[in-house]
Amino acid sequence: MKSAKELDEIAAKLRKNSYTPKERMAIPLQEMPVQAPEVRIHNMDEVALGFSENQAIVEASRCLGCKNHPCVEGCPVRIDIPGFVSHVASGDMKGAYSVISQSSLLPAICGRVCPQENQCQKFCTVGKMHKDIEQSVGIGRLERYVADAMSAQGYEIIPEVAAATGKKVAVVGSGPASIAAAADLRKAGHEVFMFEALHKGGGVLVYGIPEFRLPKKIVASEIGKLEKMGVHIQTNFLVGRTMTLDALMKEEGFDAVFVGSGAGLPKLLGVPGENLVGVFSANEYLTRSNLMHSYDPDHALTPAIKSEKVAVFGGGNVAMDAARTALRLGASEVTIVYRRSENELPARHEEVGHAKEEGVHFLFLHAPVEVQGDDKGRVTGVVLQTCVLGEPDASGRRSPVPVEGSEKFYQFDTVIAAIGNGSNPLIKMTTPQIETNRRGNFIVNEETLETSIPGVFAGGDIVLGAATVILAMGQGRQAAKAMNEYLSGK
Amino acid sequence: MDIECPLVARQHKAGQFIILQLGGDFNERIPLTVADKDVEKGTITIVFQTVGATTHLLARKNVGDDIPNILGPLGHPTDIEKFGKVVCVGGGIGVAPLYPIAQAMKAAGNDVKIIIGARTKNLVIMEDKMRSIDPDLTIVTDDGSYGRKALVTVPLKEFCENWHPDEAVAIGPPVMMKFCALTTQPFGVKTVVSLNTIMIDGTGMCGGCRVSIGGQTKFVCVDGPEFDGHQVDWNNMLSRLGTFKPQEAEEHHRCHLDLGIPEGKA
Repeated sequence: MKSAKELDEIAAKLRKNSYTPKERMAIPLQEMPVQAPEVRIHNMDEVALGFSENQAIVEASRCLGCKNHPCVEGCPVRIDIPGFVSHVASGDMKGAYSVISQSSLLPAICGRVCPQENQCQKFCTVGKMHKDIEQSVGIGRLERYVADAMSAQGYEIIPEVAAATGKKVAVVGSGPASIAAAADLRKAGHEVFMFEALHKGGGVLVYGIPEFRLPKKIVASEIGKLEKMGVHIQTNFLVGRTMTLDALMKEEGFDAVFVGSGAGLPKLLGVPGENLVGVFSANEYLTRSNLMHSYDPDHALTPAIKSEKVAVFGGGNVAMDAARTALRLGASEVTIVYRRSENELPARHEEVGHAKEEGVHFLFLHAPVEVQGDDKGRVTGVVLQTCVLGEPDASGRRSPVPVEGSEKFYQFDTVIAAIGNGSNPLIKMTTPQIETNRRGNFIVNEETLETSIPGVFAGGDIVLGAATVILAMGQGRQAAKAMNEYLSGK
Repeated sequence: MDIECPLVARQHKAGQFIILQLGGDFNERIPLTVADKDVEKGTITIVFQTVGATTHLLARKNVGDDIPNILGPLGHPTDIEKFGKVVCVGGGIGVAPLYPIAQAMKAAGNDVKIIIGARTKNLVIMEDKMRSIDPDLTIVTDDGSYGRKALVTVPLKEFCENWHPDEAVAIGPPVMMKFCALTTQPFGVKTVVSLNTIMIDGTGMCGGCRVSIGGQTKFVCVDGPEFDGHQVDWNNMLSRLGTFKPQEAEEHHRCHLDLGIPEGKA
């Protein structure tokens, strides 16, 4: 990393716009400043600290502004990336924010949690020229910088709302898909009611993603933007129980509904002992800490889970979040157990790196056979079996094949299952005419995301299975577009 | 306690419950069963015992105070049919959620017998309301201070032997429900129990409330709260209920200190 003085010089020269493309290629990639691992495992504060202004300007200047801008194609919500990056390079953060705001309502969130290495940055010309994707322009980091800088100045853009259409739309859930859909539906002038079951809005952004990766005040401010646009947010309302989908449309007169209720049904280990005391779904483990603030035992009434030796099963971002949360809650040893090898880990590279830096152990090519407990029903450990990688399965990943006779007991006092989520069955249970697939995901028209019930659209994890924040947002926007068309013809 | 929440009152059916949270970032979410409702007034009635921090705080609310977060109604309603003869067993504050069920069973044309059990006389609740359903209602107390000195399982066994119920409903402390189920099992009387496990969201998202029913994992919040008592793995359920005992004891003590309530007084 360059010293502050060197950065000043580079930034000053860049402002004069006197670099050739070749020189730009030589500008060093800006590393994200982070809290040191030995410090951060003792607090819940955000790990990545964000760029300084000069770092942002220098990083933005690495963008070549190439004509075909492949990065935009890689973005599920099609942000004009070269557009906003060039504003950053010239130090015009308001201009950059305005460009991003045209496509995304949640830059502070997406800049943090999007898997940019699989999206915009994957296609970045700079990365390709360096033959190293890690050398791509840090688009996510820049997006985050712009959002944070504007928020620090108290500057926000509340999207304009068109004249009232007289149409009433319900949005079920308040996670990323629903936020994106609600914003676009409201912009078109419809009256939008958002129904959230929990006592706080934000869905998985609030209960699932930990504070150290996504500060909750950022989520609250993004939800606040929706309210400022005039979206009605009704918490403590479980569609399916407080009122059914049918009743919303027939009795309450909603003209259309967007269901973004997420993948809220945790998959358990499916082995004997999965209900012993000390075995948790990642959803429960994370919800206790995040939504219920149990990491702050001096204030929170919800008890924290006290552990010494923790096993986390799974290899995705949620597994990393759970393992890193366990460290922060005081566990002395945390091991991620994954059936495949390191190459197949579905988690973001950066999250895996952070987990390793913090001292999380990894046990690859192992699968659970049985959770064992003592006479009080509390976990004492897990019998694991080693696996070898077989042929690629339907997902294209090589599937793990257990090795007979390789069973061995490992001692743990806490076991966390982070092996994915099924779709929550409640809406299907109470509105049976909605068509779902074998996994319980809503079947939708690929173009419009309309379900088998006319006027009911769906997006995010309830359609995709467990996916990402930005894919959910992309679907929210796609559905809102179709819904706006549907409503204009109604 | 009567709480105004018209949407819940309108939808609530016997057997369903709510989740309550007293606002802010730090309060816990607790499940409570609904004892009664008044759709016209838009109110529900909850009956609770001060055992944890939230119930202690709840007990200190005054008429007109606000309860920021109530979610419901949750869970499946009780399966109400004309079974014939139904014996309803309520222990402690379990009598409260039993009341709307007994009422609905009676309304469905069943012959309903009621057993109420409590530790001692002043913990017997809703006697008059229950007597309006079953004038011959049986009351038992652990210390014999009111009604018969017995556990609820004694009259329950007598009913099984002499009255031959077609169905039993038992709601109360988990140990009581366990022994009610064990009592009726030899007689082959189907016994419905209402489980009150540890819960956070109440919508099927966290799985903290899961129990083993006939060897299969079920979620109390969305699959329950009522299950066939003969299928419940009671030992697992009881140990899961104790997951946070050390923390809860600490919290309870702190709560008493904060509120200035001497131990043993609520």
